Amino acid sequence: MQPKLSLLNDDLISRIIAEAYQLMIKPGIKVQNAEARQLLAEAGSQVDEESMIVRIPEQIVLKALETVPHEFFLYDYDGNPTVQYGGNAVQFDPGSSGISILIPETLEHKTAETADLIRIIKVAESLPQYDAQSTAIVCHDVPKDIHDLYRLYLVMLYSKKPIVTGAFTNKTVHQMIEMLAIFAGSPENLRKYPRAVFDACPSPPLIWSNFGAGNLITLARAGVPAEIVSMPLAGAAAPVTLLGAVTQHAAECLSGITIHQLAHAGSPIVWGGAPSTFDMRKGGTPFGSVETAMIDSSYAQVGKSLGLPTHAYLGSTESKVLDMQAGLESGMGAMIGALSGINMISGSGMVDSLLCQSPEKLVIDAEGIAMAQRMLQGMKIHTETLATGYYEGVNFKGGDFLKQRITMQLFQKEQHMPGKVIDRDSMRGWKESGSLDTFERAKIRVKEILASYRRPELDPAKEAALHAYVLDLAKQAGIEHLPILEDMQPA
Amino acid sequence: MSEEMYKQMAQCIIDGDSDIAIELAKKSIELKMHPLETITKGFVIGVNYIGDQFGLGEAFLPELVMAGEAMKAAVAVLEPELLKLGEAREMLGRVVLATVEGDIHEIGKTLVGTMLSASGFEVVDLGVDQPADKIIGKALEINANLIGMSALLTTTMVRQREVIEELDKEGLRPRIKVMVGGAPITRDWVTKIKADGYSEDAIGAVKVAKDLVGKGDQ
Repeated sequence: MQPKLSLLNDDLISRIIAEAYQLMIKPGIKVQNAEARQLLAEAGSQVDEESMIVRIPEQIVLKALETVPHEFFLYDYDGNPTVQYGGNAVQFDPGSSGISILIPETLEHKTAETADLIRIIKVAESLPQYDAQSTAIVCHDVPKDIHDLYRLYLVMLYSKKPIVTGAFTNKTVHQMIEMLAIFAGSPENLRKYPRAVFDACPSPPLIWSNFGAGNLITLARAGVPAEIVSMPLAGAAAPVTLLGAVTQHAAECLSGITIHQLAHAGSPIVWGGAPSTFDMRKGGTPFGSVETAMIDSSYAQVGKSLGLPTHAYLGSTESKVLDMQAGLESGMGAMIGALSGINMISGSGMVDSLLCQSPEKLVIDAEGIAMAQRMLQGMKIHTETLATGYYEGVNFKGGDFLKQRITMQLFQKEQHMPGKVIDRDSMRGWKESGSLDTFERAKIRVKEILASYRRPELDPAKEAALHAYVLDLAKQAGIEHLPILEDMQPA
Repeated sequence: MSEEMYKQMAQCIIDGDSDIAIELAKKSIELKMHPLETITKGFVIGVNYIGDQFGLGEAFLPELVMAGEAMKAAVAVLEPELLKLGEAREMLGRVVLATVEGDIHEIGKTLVGTMLSASGFEVVDLGVDQPADKIIGKALEINANLIGMSALLTTTMVRQREVIEELDKEGLRPRIKVMVGGAPITRDWVTKIKADGYSEDAIGAVKVAKDLVGKGDQ
């Protein structure tokens, strides 16, 4: 019995969806992509070309909801379906969109480069808590024109896991799909066994930009999964109420799904987002606030009521270092996301409101994820009687249950065994181990992981083809060579 | 009499009540109070108070924005009167604001605009996704002494540098000073692109702008 958090009742869900439909008529959705407007117009929407405002009637959306898949899988390099979008599967990947990396020795948020992303990929690859990789940080040692696809290139070389990614332009989304097709063997294989899902973002309030809508159309036609990342900013770019933000999220997602399904009915798409409350003191976006998690949990419930796969941004923090604030915000976010049955929860590893990634935090967050996953397993009934069968031979002594075979058989099923990052030592033992705090223990763990990591063996021909493809784009972007990668000498 | 009015004016700004601000501004005209004094002794006191409270963490962004809106409403009533008197409110400076090309984030920039204009700057807000030539063209057109640029994306913050390089190429600095802002902007970045000023928030931006136009004491 998977425990479940429900912040909305059925009546409230119906009201949210009903008002979302109203928003799509008034004020309507601003669609800044001509092709998307045309698709919507042909389907029967009222389009004002000058203002780009489209009024999308309910019946068009309902039709899109009929064709959208309720479940799909992402496949690892070897072709195994290891990530399930749909149902109540709960999976995690590192947060992406970072621009810097936390240097553990100096606490500096250093502008990220190739070697930093590789470190993050290696750590995420080695931790089973991360079901997928993300293209976690932008590498500033390559030209801007290839920033997005270069991240994917590195993940493809250093990981076998499925990938949550995204393009920065309408041009590069095509190129990134081609990169994935090289590894898949063909565009047709990529469609059948997608390795990656691509984020596509509406702009709050109620705008599908040329870029966002363009990405949706391209992904739909390629049959590569899209993930809508709607970002209502409650109190600034969305109504101040949490329910208002959830309703705007629904309107942005429903309009996006409509554009997507009109471009190619049946292509997979995810009801996702990165909403946030708006901090009225600093003007920031507190992704670690409990209200942010409440918006996420609620919109996921709305998406699930429509039978859609879900995603959210949770498990990150506003803190700039790996301190208690980072721990409590990240842990609570992961737990709320898990209890909401969200299929893919992105955000681990990130500090400073999704701006900075940290391999050490990935290691610590993995412990929080493991706790959340244990919670999801719920209370289990292992034996015929709950307790009475355990007392034979028990003589009112404390250690008696340790001697029972059933204890040995079941303890690992009942208790999650945390990694060494979690301290449960005695005071003396802790002192003898160096009196280290969580951050210090995580630093050691990261070093261990990096030392034992081996790059996966990939098909050399595919690797060479991928390298040649990316090198060609790099040359067009103005550099003659790609940064030199350790354990990788391309042909 | 006017002392009491000034108090009410300051209070309506603090309350963020545009309707009362307009009403009081109109009443001050009927009473033949001097419009400039009405602004500086009445309404501006409210703006300064809210700004200070915000700085202390006692007031929040919605209060700041509503105060700015109320200030704008009052000034809009009083400005024609000033013109009639052949006077103009002495502006602290002329600012062109924009979010750089490729970036459509505007919350922070709009806040800065509201606070700058409430504090006595003449502000032209070009909006979002503005290329360098448009920003510079507008600055020249209105003879601005300050350009403020916002970028929220790491992919677009490089555009701030392009504008500064273009200004330098045209020899327009230091005549036009440049201030930048946005979530990914750091002091290192500001130094790297040789911007003149930078602030973490809208209240800080007012101080930076005043310093840059040599009116730091006001």
